[in-house]
Amino acid sequence: MRYSLWNLARQALRGHRGWQPAWRDAEPQRHYDVIIIGGGGHGLATAYYLARDHNVGRIAVLEKGWLGGGNTGRNTTIVRSNYMLGDNTDFYEWGMKLWESLSQDLNFNVMLSQRGQFNLAHSDAQMDAARRRGNIMRAHGIDAELVDRQVVQEALPHLDFRDEARFPIYGALYQGRAGTARHDAVAWGYARAADAYGVDIIQNCEVTGYTLEGDRVTGVETSRGQIGAGRVGLAVAGNTGRLAGMAGLRLPIESHVLQAFVSESVKPCLDHVVGFGAGHFYISQSDKGGLVFGGDLDGYNSYAQRGNLPLLEDVLTSGVALMPWLSRVRLLRHWGGVMDMTMDGSPIIAPTPVEGLYLNGGWCYGGFKATPASGWCFAHLLAEGESHPLTQDFTLERFGLGDQLDEKGMGPSPWAH
Amino acid sequence: MRIHCPFCGERDEHEFSYGGDAMRLRPDESNTDQTRWSAYVFLRDNPRGWHQEYWQHVHGCRAWICVTRNTMSHEVRRVCSAQERVKELRAEASQ
Repeated sequence: MRYSLWNLARQALRGHRGWQPAWRDAEPQRHYDVIIIGGGGHGLATAYYLARDHNVGRIAVLEKGWLGGGNTGRNTTIVRSNYMLGDNTDFYEWGMKLWESLSQDLNFNVMLSQRGQFNLAHSDAQMDAARRRGNIMRAHGIDAELVDRQVVQEALPHLDFRDEARFPIYGALYQGRAGTARHDAVAWGYARAADAYGVDIIQNCEVTGYTLEGDRVTGVETSRGQIGAGRVGLAVAGNTGRLAGMAGLRLPIESHVLQAFVSESVKPCLDHVVGFGAGHFYISQSDKGGLVFGGDLDGYNSYAQRGNLPLLEDVLTSGVALMPWLSRVRLLRHWGGVMDMTMDGSPIIAPTPVEGLYLNGGWCYGGFKATPASGWCFAHLLAEGESHPLTQDFTLERFGLGDQLDEKGMGPSPWAH
Repeated sequence: MRIHCPFCGERDEHEFSYGGDAMRLRPDESNTDQTRWSAYVFLRDNPRGWHQEYWQHVHGCRAWICVTRNTMSHEVRRVCSAQERVKELRAEASQ
C-alpha cells in the first residue's frame, strides 16, 4: 500500500484498521540467486537496488535478529560528504545525492534534515587543514564553505565563545547539505521497498557457515536450515571478521565498540550538526529535543554492544569543553555498537578470494551516512561481479599494495582512527 | 574493567594504554617476503571471545604486558609480560 495523504485520510475514516504490514515475514526457500547476509541498512539497501536496477533473479536478505537492530539503530544519525581521499570523496557525495531523494524514492519518510554541519577549527593550522579539505570537496562539486568565528557564533551562539575558553573557536568548515536522518526509518523504508520488489526478508535466521564446492560458495548454513545460493554478499559490519572467518578468510579488520549518547529533552538550542575540532566529539539535537552525541571508540577490540565508563568520561569532557552548559544537562541513555575498523579507516566493497562471496564491510565511523551509496555500489558488484566505478579503491588488496585511504593518517592501528 | 599488572597488581583500565593484537609474530628483519610482511601488518584473527593483546601500564610501571581478555565480556583471564608473550610466539613459530 502506497503511503500518501489520500491513503492516510482513507484509513483515518476507517479507524486505521486497513493498514498492511510493511513487509512480508518470508519463509526461507531452498535456493536463491543472491543471498545477502545482514538485514541492516546496507544489506536492505543492497537488496532494494539489486531488485530494482539489476536482473538477477530471486533475492533474500538473512538477518540473525531483527531489522536494523545492529549499527543501523545505534548511530548518531549524521549524514555528510566531506571526505578527501581517493574514491571516498565521490562515493560519499553520491550517497548524499541519494539521501536527498530517498524519502520520495522509497515512499517512506526517512526524515532527512539538511540542517548543515559545522566542523570547528581551533587554531590557524586547523583552519589551513579545513581550507584544504574544503577545496578538495569543491573541486569535486561538493558544497563546502570556510567560515570565520563570527559566522559560527551567529549560527551557534551557545558554544563557548568566551575569551577564557580552553579551545577558542577560529572558524569552521561548513557543509550546508549535511544533516541528520531518522536511522530506523532507513532500515524500514528500504525493507518495505525491497519487499515490494519481491525480495524475501528473513529475520531470526543466523548464518552459521557456508557450503563450499572447492573454492566456490554454493550456499549458507543457517539456524533455519541450509539455503543454496548463486552468490553471497556479506553486509554484516561489526561481525565481518567472524563471518569471513567461517570461510577461512583473515581480513584487515578489527571489531571495536563505539558509544553514542542522548540527553534529556531540552528546548531547541542547537540548530546544526557540530563537530568539535580539539577532541573527538560530534553533536546534534534530535526532533524530540534530546542532544545526540558521540566521540572516540572505547579503544580496544570488543564485540560487546555496550561501552565502558572511562570513554563516557572522555566524551563528556570534550562536550563540556565545547559547551560548558552541557554539564547541567542530564544524560538519558548511552549505548554501543560494534564497528568494523579497517587498517586505514576506509571501507571495503570488493570480491573475496572465495568465488561467489562478496564483501561489504569495514565501515568504521562512516556506515550510516554511506547506507544508500553502499547499497547502490554493492548491488552493482553482486550483479556484475565487478566493482562499481565509484568503489574501485575499496579493495582488499590496497593494504598489501601500500595504497591505503587513510584520511586521518593513523596507520594500521584501527582503534586510533 | 580492571587489569592485573604483573608488577603493580590490580589497577583500573584508566592507567593502561592499548597496544593491539598480540596473536601474531613480527617476521624476522631479514625476511623479505612481501606477502608475509603485509599479512603481519594488516591482517587480524579478530576473534569474538578470547583475545591476546598488548597493553602498556603508562600511568604505573610503564611496562608492556600481554593480557588475555574476552572481547564479549571483557573478562581478563591471564596477564604476563610482553617479553614472555613474544617468547611463546617464537616457540610456536619454530615448531
